[in-house]
Amino acid sequence: MNGKPLVYLDSAATAQKPTVVLKALSDYYLKQNANIHRGVYRLSQESTVAFEKARVVVQQFIGARYAHEIVFTAGTTASINLVASSFGKKFVNKGDELLVSEMEHHSNILPWQVLCQERGAVLKVIPLKDKGELDKGELDLEAFKKLLGPKTKLLALTQVSNTLGTVNPVTEMIALAHAAGAAVLIDGAQAVPHMKVNVVAMDCDFYCFSGHKLYGPTGIGVLYGKEKWLKELPPYQVGGGTIKTVRFSGTEYAELPLKFEAGTPHIEGGIGLGVAIDYLNSVGLDLAGAYEQELLRYATEKLSAIGGLRIIGAAAYKAAVISFVVDGLHALDIGTILDQQGIAVRTGHHCTQPLMERFGISGTVRASFAFYNTFEEVDKLVDGVIKALKMLRS
Amino acid sequence: MKIKEIEEEIVEEFALFGEDWEGKYEHLIDLGKSLRIIADELKTEGRLIKGCQSKVWLQSELKNGRVFYTADSDAIITKGLVALIVRVLGDHSPQEIIEADMGFIDRIGLTAHLSPTRANGLLSMIKQMKMDALSLSLKSKV
Ligand SMILES: Cc1ncc(COP(=O)(O)O)c(C=O)c1O
Repeated sequence: MNGKPLVYLDSAATAQKPTVVLKALSDYYLKQNANIHRGVYRLSQESTVAFEKARVVVQQFIGARYAHEIVFTAGTTASINLVASSFGKKFVNKGDELLVSEMEHHSNILPWQVLCQERGAVLKVIPLKDKGELDKGELDLEAFKKLLGPKTKLLALTQVSNTLGTVNPVTEMIALAHAAGAAVLIDGAQAVPHMKVNVVAMDCDFYCFSGHKLYGPTGIGVLYGKEKWLKELPPYQVGGGTIKTVRFSGTEYAELPLKFEAGTPHIEGGIGLGVAIDYLNSVGLDLAGAYEQELLRYATEKLSAIGGLRIIGAAAYKAAVISFVVDGLHALDIGTILDQQGIAVRTGHHCTQPLMERFGISGTVRASFAFYNTFEEVDKLVDGVIKALKMLRS
Repeated sequence: MKIKEIEEEIVEEFALFGEDWEGKYEHLIDLGKSLRIIADELKTEGRLIKGCQSKVWLQSELKNGRVFYTADSDAIITKGLVALIVRVLGDHSPQEIIEADMGFIDRIGLTAHLSPTRANGLLSMIKQMKMDALSLSLKSKV
């Protein structure tokens, strides 16, 4: 990139794909292409089996009880919109309250904001604690407890902040929300690539993530929902595939999960995601996560030593994401000079504008790590930042 | 100088750096320092150019049939880019500004900044400067 080997430090935006995933995609088109759940012929049955096998891989990956609790969607955003729409229609009424946190991605704010406007409900926000110098980027659990009440219908919370890296104590918060009678949706987009997730142990009602951040294809994502919820919710989009019988006098909907998968799904995406998860399992998520923590520790130490550089987000428990600002300099300038050196980082608000506002900044430079990154790449990042500062401060 | 001539001048200036991106960017940063800065009280929401990750304020005025720009940005490289564009377009008639094709950007190796998704929003800046020129010329005719 720009004449230098690419140093890719933007895996939180989207991960690079292992060749087995690319091969699965091309194999699908070369050897398997046929619509699923429809044909009686062999090819269609084969692709149906492959797609459904991927569903089981996802089920096991997040520890769900049943494969039919796994709904394939287009991504995290699509999953959240599905729940906001279907859950909202059935369970959210005037005066009800929904809870999100101050560190949510816009994708986990806007669907709820729109739902609240439509249903006359109220969106409440769990703040971070310790404003100012002490602000580590952790949620204020005391404030959270006070916000929970009999009117709280749902808590929508990210497990890992895409901007700060903060890992939230979701299990504890889910238990508190349940005690108050609220359902819980967890945005796992930034969690699943870095840590073992078990939705049963966590006890969330809904869990969402994207394939493309998990070394899989774009355009495929997952919504996990507890069986009892998925049975109760009305379909989101309707059409082919979602029905058992259609008559103009009324329609009987299909069993789970097909009720939520209207139209021809992203077949090769699902299959590719299954392969990506198999691949990650073979690497070992524990091992990968531990290694990423080493990279994070190393990068944090080296970057902190740079004068005028301030890391945003110092939670006790963080995923491999590091956001920083430099006094007097715009993140974009730093990102541009890093780009010239072949280093890909993200700059800006990272779709978390309320969080930026809280920290009183317009954006950060964000480096995010995957297990394929190296210590040498961290060194290049650090040298790159030093060079950028020298050029920009001259 | 005509717009085309200024463009040529800039192309020659940047050609001196060859493949030296550092030199190029340092030059751009220096150019930013020569920008005629918009007055602070004019840095309003209305004068912000949309589509940039950094903030860019632009003020345009017509004097003796020519358009003059003052601007500023909170990012240093963006400021250099603004200065570059102002150097080419400023002090010309609205007609000349509207017709400028800005092909030189490609030739000085800053094309990356031109893509529509690029956060620097060079494209938005050029568009705003042209639109300002157009509206100033229309206003001056009524
Ligand atoms: C925490 C979080 N939630 C949601 C999303 C949206 O994911 P997608 O764009 O794949 O729907 C992202 C992606 O940036 C994210 O980081």
